Amino acid sequence: MEQKYAVTVDDLTVAYNYKPVLWDIDLMIPESVLMCIVGPNGAGKSTLIKAILGIIKPIAGTVSIFGKPYEKQRSLVAYVPQKGSVDWDFPTTALDVVMMGTYGSLGWIKRPGQKEKKASLEALEKVGMLPFKNRQISQLSGGQQQRIFLARALVQNAAIYFMDEPFQGVDATTEKAIINILKELRKAGKTVIVVHHDLQTVPEYFDWVTFLNVKKIATGPVKDIFNDDNLTKTYGINYKVSVQE
Amino acid sequence: MLGSFAVLRKQSLLGDAISHAALPGIAIAFLIIGVKDSNLFLLGALISGLIGTFWIRGITKNTHLKSDTALGLTLSLFFGFGMLLLTFIQKQPNASQAGLDTYLFGQAATLLIEDVWLIAIVAGISLLILLVFWKEFKILLFDEDYTKTLGFNTNFIDILITTFIVITIVLGLQTVGVILMSAMLLAPAAAARQWTNSLGVMVVLAAIFGAFSGVVGTGISTVVGNLSTGPVIVLVAASIVFISFIFSPKRGLLFREIRFRKNRNNIKMQKTLAFMYGIAKTHENISHPHTIKILNDFQGFSKRSLQELVDFNYVKINGQQWSMTQEGYEKAANLYDQQIKDTHE
Repeated sequence: MEQKYAVTVDDLTVAYNYKPVLWDIDLMIPESVLMCIVGPNGAGKSTLIKAILGIIKPIAGTVSIFGKPYEKQRSLVAYVPQKGSVDWDFPTTALDVVMMGTYGSLGWIKRPGQKEKKASLEALEKVGMLPFKNRQISQLSGGQQQRIFLARALVQNAAIYFMDEPFQGVDATTEKAIINILKELRKAGKTVIVVHHDLQTVPEYFDWVTFLNVKKIATGPVKDIFNDDNLTKTYGINYKVSVQE
Repeated sequence: MLGSFAVLRKQSLLGDAISHAALPGIAIAFLIIGVKDSNLFLLGALISGLIGTFWIRGITKNTHLKSDTALGLTLSLFFGFGMLLLTFIQKQPNASQAGLDTYLFGQAATLLIEDVWLIAIVAGISLLILLVFWKEFKILLFDEDYTKTLGFNTNFIDILITTFIVITIVLGLQTVGVILMSAMLLAPAAAARQWTNSLGVMVVLAAIFGAFSGVVGTGISTVVGNLSTGPVIVLVAASIVFISFIFSPKRGLLFREIRFRKNRNNIKMQKTLAFMYGIAKTHENISHPHTIKILNDFQGFSKRSLQELVDFNYVKINGQQWSMTQEGYEKAANLYDQQIKDTHE
């Protein structure tokens, strides 16, 4: 039986100036996995996500979502950008930011109504931020901002979630809360792709992993390929990580 | 009104660049038609303003230059070219009737009733566009990458905003002039940001501040006489900004300082109470008196905070001795828990 892939990337190459940031990436991500992308700084992890989502235009390559071009499947894909990518002093509230998740399905001009508001409140509840719904976003802590971003993606009710370093600068409680939500998403049959830095937590959090350093080093189930050999290939030094059995 | 968007995009200088870029457009329009016709001048200003804007966009997108460099380059290049054309025109025989130099500093007195109508109509249209595309403008300003992934054409929204900023600036040129126009665009928005945390309120406030400075500025310049209108309007707008920076309740400097001091005093008082609690705890009877002298070793203790504690009835003073009340004892015991709760509310 042919395996159904949520995301298929073919020959993807991205360059900013002269040097390629991503070189000839082929990647097939099966449906309903919780996958992390690991690699050193400058390996192109964020760029890979941005290129898949069409935020950055690749020099070559194609991306398809459930076998169809990404442009036709946008509604199935949600994105959580890096927290630092926006100005948190922007004059708006937590609920307002989460409501932005509904803008895509609303399309041009149409305003969000009661239905959208209800969905947004539910998403806020899921990430434990309901008491802060009217809070000015500049008054939120880093962990709370990250939860708001997650709620905004949840509202999109997508099949595939891309997240750029959702654990950056959040405390242990928030990290646990976020990973529990991600695990729930996978249980519900969604595919979750996360740029991740903490190698120690990979076996505990994820079931699928992609090693990236400009080129794709390896991709597959954590239990099969998360080993010293691949880590050394990716990070270039003799890497030893204690994998819990 | 539209200035709010420029401020929030951190592209404040854009207005400056556009208004300077408009100058050669005015000059060229005059050279082509040879007579003074403010509508055609505005068209020229619009075209060269737009060209300037797209240059800036092009430079920032395709080179490594930062946007402020691109803005500065375009601004001086267009303004220099415009000045060159102006001096050239001044040597022409029919220069005196052109009155092109009024565009440098603006002269509201040169406005005709048709001009006012034009401004009103364009203002109405931009208001309409703003209301229709409110959602799109807002999300683009907050998070451009995310907007793209939702399937919106971000270039289109961007061009729409920029075009209306350009149109607004060009219309303002006759009133406040090339050099001061950017202040008119930014000052009301910067002031409005101080008073509110909602984008909607900010835009409305900016419009009110802008209108207010226009009316009051014109009023002053007529009453005092012989003052040119543009600079007066800008000065009024600047005063609003100044007042807003200092007095706004949420973000203003004055109230921030007051809040800060109050907080510090509060914490000082609570720390003193906690210290007393530590001493009182060692005695079986909490209201056992102690000498005030022992408090002197405690950093953060002051006569004032002691007085406040007495006022709150947490502590009683008897001569040189103090003792804790039941109320103060309970308050001190829960102090830490209370603080934690406060920060989470």
